[in-house]
Amino acid sequence: MTCFTPIKTTAPLVEAKAVRHLYGKTEGANLLVLDNVDLTLEENEIVGLLGRSGSGKSTLLRSIAGLIKPTSGDIAFPPRSDGPTTVGMVFQSFALFPWLTVLQNVEVGLEAKGVRADERRRRALAAIDLIGLDGFENAYPKELSGGMRQRVGLARALVVDPSILLMDEPFSALDVLTAETLRTDLLDLWSEGRMPIKSILMVTHNIEEAVLMCDRILVFSSNPGRVVSTIKVDLPQPRNRQDPAFRTQVERIYAQMTRPDQAPTANDGAFPGSGLGMVLPRVSTNVMAGLIEAVHAAPFDGRAPMPDLAQALQYEADELFPIAETLQLLRLAELREGDLALTATARRYAEAEVDARKQIFAQQLLAHVPLAAHIRRVLDERPSHVAPASRFLDELEDSMSPSYARQTQRAVINWGRYAEIFSYDEGAERFSLDDPA
Amino acid sequence: MVFLSGDLKAARPFARFLRAGTVPSWADLVAFVLLAALAVLVLRGAEDMSRPLAALHAAPVTLDPVRLPEYALRTTMRMFLALGASLVFTVTVATLAAKSRKAELLIVPALDILQSVPVLGFLTFTVTFFMGLFPGRQLGVECAAIFAIFTSQAWNMAFSFYQSLRTIPADLDEVSRQFRFSPWRRFTRLELPFATPSLVWNVMMSMSGGWFFVVASEAITVGDTTVTLPGIGSWLSIAIARQDMGAVALGVAAMAVVIVLYDQLVFRPMVAWADKFRFEQTASQQRPASWPYDLLRRAAWTRSLAKPLAGLFRAASDLRAPIALPAPRLPAPSPALGRILDGLWAVLVAAVVAGGAWLLWSFLGARLAFADLCQVGLLGLATLVRVVVLIALATLVWVPIGVWIGLRPAWAERLQPIAQFLAALPANVLFPFAVAAIVALRLNPDIWLSPLMVLGTQWYILFNVIAGASAIPGDLREAAGMFGLRGWQWWRQVAIPGIFPYYVTGALTASGGSWNASIVAEAVSWGHEHIEAAGLGAYIAKATAAGDSARVALGVAVMSVFVIAFNRVLWRPMHRFAERRLRLA
Repeated sequence: MTCFTPIKTTAPLVEAKAVRHLYGKTEGANLLVLDNVDLTLEENEIVGLLGRSGSGKSTLLRSIAGLIKPTSGDIAFPPRSDGPTTVGMVFQSFALFPWLTVLQNVEVGLEAKGVRADERRRRALAAIDLIGLDGFENAYPKELSGGMRQRVGLARALVVDPSILLMDEPFSALDVLTAETLRTDLLDLWSEGRMPIKSILMVTHNIEEAVLMCDRILVFSSNPGRVVSTIKVDLPQPRNRQDPAFRTQVERIYAQMTRPDQAPTANDGAFPGSGLGMVLPRVSTNVMAGLIEAVHAAPFDGRAPMPDLAQALQYEADELFPIAETLQLLRLAELREGDLALTATARRYAEAEVDARKQIFAQQLLAHVPLAAHIRRVLDERPSHVAPASRFLDELEDSMSPSYARQTQRAVINWGRYAEIFSYDEGAERFSLDDPA
Repeated sequence: MVFLSGDLKAARPFARFLRAGTVPSWADLVAFVLLAALAVLVLRGAEDMSRPLAALHAAPVTLDPVRLPEYALRTTMRMFLALGASLVFTVTVATLAAKSRKAELLIVPALDILQSVPVLGFLTFTVTFFMGLFPGRQLGVECAAIFAIFTSQAWNMAFSFYQSLRTIPADLDEVSRQFRFSPWRRFTRLELPFATPSLVWNVMMSMSGGWFFVVASEAITVGDTTVTLPGIGSWLSIAIARQDMGAVALGVAAMAVVIVLYDQLVFRPMVAWADKFRFEQTASQQRPASWPYDLLRRAAWTRSLAKPLAGLFRAASDLRAPIALPAPRLPAPSPALGRILDGLWAVLVAAVVAGGAWLLWSFLGARLAFADLCQVGLLGLATLVRVVVLIALATLVWVPIGVWIGLRPAWAERLQPIAQFLAALPANVLFPFAVAAIVALRLNPDIWLSPLMVLGTQWYILFNVIAGASAIPGDLREAAGMFGLRGWQWWRQVAIPGIFPYYVTGALTASGGSWNASIVAEAVSWGHEHIEAAGLGAYIAKATAAGDSARVALGVAVMSVFVIAFNRVLWRPMHRFAERRLRLA
């Protein structure tokens, strides 16, 4: 027993100030993924970073883990009376060493810290016991199901006694049932105080998961990533997804994430860049058609709240958003206050036959996607009506990274082929106006 | 905690393994005898190697069948020593290339070229060098032979290791950084295990290639110097000189036995062991099996022996600097400075290359005339025609047969190991039979010597095609059957696209091997009969025998240019096409 009580420290565990991060080459094709983000993590809370892919939430988490050095800004672990702040991390893909057994995987962090073999064994077994992996100590990861693998990942992160547990979409590679079990187990351990950690910081794109687990949610906008709002969740644990208060909270966040004033610059909303330099998402025309039909039909009848739509189509929020935003880009729909409303053109599209649909799509594509119009114009102007793909790819790379340029080109090729505004020869990597017939 | 039913199932086979502790004693005995015998053999071979050269002259290689096992042992030892050297080279050079961008700029193209250069042509230089290094001792010649084998093994191993290091999964990289692994721990825990499966595969390929060189490099004649090291290669060359067909057959049989033995005793266990390092998150359907590996794992004493060894390895990976030095955190150089450094490095490399070119030019220019270059170029074209025609013929023969076998799993299972064995069996041991036939029947050597070039390499095409045909998905074949695809349409739309990536790999290896084989296949002897075909291989072989280093250098250089051009113009584009269009995701 100590004779004195340590000064109760109120210093936060982490203070991130004005964190900015750019990806890409040093000149030209920079992509701002994090813009001026502040985050304070206090003791005894679960904080969720919620946003779509590309909102920089993972980058922030990795910056705190020390895996990435942000371009500018400061990440500080203020000194505390109970020793230095340390972190442990759980990965979306589990990141287990396939050639090590469960026990060896859990011990790996202790080994790197130079902990003695017998103590290492004792602590690893304790963590394995805590996380419910007894009996699997000598199994290899490939013998385990996804859920058990993530338990190994969790045990490995906890065994080094971190002050903060960082989790990067820890449940998104698991099936629905397994993910729910693991969430519940983790929340039980947390509320019973059986884990050595002081706080949890988790990245998620699943709104319900965030509301279910977190005390505080930071909602990120994408392109560039900014914190658009901080939401405190006061519902008592354990939370019930069917609880009306829970549903209201979820719907509020959906609305938050579809608010038009989030679009940071005057481009067409969700996608980074503008004009020819706009990064296009790879959304299939079938999926677009499917979404239009679903919103057009009863019960939505042309206007659907996003949470209801996600539930009806069994999509997750971050899967649904890019599709909805592509429709918005093509002026086939509008996103307002958490609702997706079809335009008159889209309603005509929903009722039309295959060829008429293609015509409508072609009109929208040429009118609202500058790159598609540009390719078509170049092909029209050339006497041969042929142009190499590299010509456009080079242009794209002037304003975006090579991988985004490729993604954008693939997207426009797929849309253009469907709309029959041009054809593309994969083998020769060439655009043309040839009719394949 | 709630476990899903799937989890429990996965636990069962493991529990069964734990209970297998009641060990049959025969496994102990057999494993002990095998390992002890191996140790004795290794010691004997090592003792022999360090004897003075004079002992070799006093007791030259004889065609006495009693001594054949000893010769086989000496040959095998050379192979494994060269393999050890190749592994050391691989781990150091490939790691350097993967870690340092500047070293990478130099090492990767160099490896790429060395992979396709006819190493057999280097024998002249290396023998002279190593004999000077250990004058009067067998060790010098041994080193030359081992180095010759090394040059046939190292490059593809280093290349595969480099590629593994460059494709370390991002998440595992992040884990090792998050836990602050030391570079040594990162190597033992992450990089080495990740690279192991493809390294093991490349070791096997290298060994197959090495047998070819061991035969060619044991009986070396450079100018006036002739040394015959005790080994199967010398046995064969003496048997050929004496026109003793029985002895040749015996030598070939000994070689076959050795290849089967090392395959069973070394490679199968190695493949079975390496299976656990395969980077995949699901258990594979068919795990490679090996009886010696199971035996060693089952014997109680090898397990208790393995435990301290494993402990030693763990201790090794625990090694750390006695004083914890702070990691040198140099600020990243500014991009402008980085570009300047890159530029300087490029200038430096360019200067060295230019110097080398000048050296080569002045060396060759003093001794050779322009006419030599023209002559060598023409001879190169002759050999090129041979390689192209023979690969095309081998393709026409083996692709249909390979597809037929590959589509019948029962056959493929039985014939695949045989094709791999034939690829490992050095074809040069079979040359005497062919030469005797050509001499007896008075055939035109320009035509009839050519098939010897693909004698050993055609099997690469066969076993790759078998692998490709067995990998054609069942549903694709069923769909083809449903729609009644047959004849040319079936080949065009099902079989050829299915096997193409595999075929390219096989044909690339086969053509590279054929170029190399031309050095021994275009000029052959049978006793006093000496026949040769007009070609670059014969040119290099003749220059080597005459000790004319300038002509050897010219021949090797021109052949390298041919091989590299052939690879760049034909195989690379085909490989890219296969990667992009024909990969079954």
